[in-house]
Amino acid sequence: MIAIVDYGVGNLFSLQASLKYLGFEAKVTGDKNDLKAADRLILPGVGAFEDAMAKLKATGLVDTIIDETSNGKYLLGICLGMQLLFEKSYEYGEHEGLGLVEGDVVSIEDDLSPTAKGKLKVPHIGWNALTLTETGDDLGRDPLFKYTKNGDCVYFVHSFYGVNCEKSTIATTEYDVTVTAAVRNGTVYGTQFHPEKSGKIGLDILKAFTELK
Amino acid sequence: MITKRIIPCLDVRDGKVVKGTNFKGVRDVADPVEMAKFYNDSGADELVFYDITASIEERKIFSEILTSVASQIFIPLTVGGGINTLDDFDRVLKCGADKVSVNSGAIKDPTIIERAAKKYGDQCVVLSTDISLVDGKYHLFTAGGQKDTGIDAIQWIIDGVDHGAGELVVNSIDTDGVKGGFDLDMLDLIASKVNVPIIASGGAGCMEDFAELFKHEGIDAGLAASIFHFKEVDIRELKQYLRDQGVNMRI
Repeated sequence: MIAIVDYGVGNLFSLQASLKYLGFEAKVTGDKNDLKAADRLILPGVGAFEDAMAKLKATGLVDTIIDETSNGKYLLGICLGMQLLFEKSYEYGEHEGLGLVEGDVVSIEDDLSPTAKGKLKVPHIGWNALTLTETGDDLGRDPLFKYTKNGDCVYFVHSFYGVNCEKSTIATTEYDVTVTAAVRNGTVYGTQFHPEKSGKIGLDILKAFTELK
Repeated sequence: MITKRIIPCLDVRDGKVVKGTNFKGVRDVADPVEMAKFYNDSGADELVFYDITASIEERKIFSEILTSVASQIFIPLTVGGGINTLDDFDRVLKCGADKVSVNSGAIKDPTIIERAAKKYGDQCVVLSTDISLVDGKYHLFTAGGQKDTGIDAIQWIIDGVDHGAGELVVNSIDTDGVKGGFDLDMLDLIASKVNVPIIASGGAGCMEDFAELFKHEGIDAGLAASIFHFKEVDIRELKQYLRDQGVNMRI
């Protein structure tokens, strides 16, 4: 069973439906025991960092998430769920994250070049192409992308992005700035894009996540 | 960089997809779920569903259709039609919509934009407008494009974006159904005033119309219905053609 962590943030319909479509049992749950029993965890999220982090803390699930991942359970954070994995976010203030992946979350707008500022639309919404980080092994890229090729497009909706996370970056995309598209630290994964909204390519990424070992 | 989007629009009534010319003479097309699958397979970047039913019973059928589409197709879905309250937002989001489009609901009560943006985020709120040139001024229309509200459409859009609309669907009544190309003057004017994605609607008749559209900076997506529904333009061919013309497309 894949546990989709329910902490009252975002619309989980598509995520659950996409996993079901792929033939997996996915449970939207805020129950500690479900998280412990699950084979894999997915941390979703939309909205603002501070509010989401507060809601996640209020569920009392933070320690369980940290314990389960440090015991080698695979976790995938999606969109804001990925941003929560970092150490810190500078979205409207300065807020502490889960610290499962080294790095910070900052505003895209603030980092745009002078020519793009005020012209390029933020949020970064739409389909953008992935550049997969080379790994030097036989596959040549992270196993999350075993069905994915360079240049494949996935769907993004966000105004903030991960930085200072070069070591864990497994994919990027270009939007005037180089946007961190996916990260990995051990069994902890995150995608800034929405695999559950990225058509066949997204479904293949979810499938690859369920096959990680 | 981000790709330009091609979006088929499905108007649903009595559980079927329909499309009129100049909003009149509505004719039946096909099963919405089958059509959604067809467009997804053809490479559509997003789907827009408008619920053009009136009764509560028909609204229930629409919700079932939407749930069925969202359980099988995993690209962004925008839903509009009959969105007047936050409960309406909630109803369609629970059926699997990603974005909700408000049109006359916002004319009746403009505060819905801000309230919805606060609750669901700007990215979820799409302001949809029907616009026509009246005595040299762009007016906002309602009731399926039949009633002139007298409201300055450009100011209406600027205010809507200020209050949290995260995306615009701009439909030109003057070019809609005519198949003579998009209303580029109007679109350029709007693009110069706001900095959110603009989906152009009304007037696409052939592949060249989309190539012309995307020469205009500030336009993010082209929306059409009948030319796709009646297979006059194939989305896969269109996207390849646009890419060959130098437009950044997801193929």
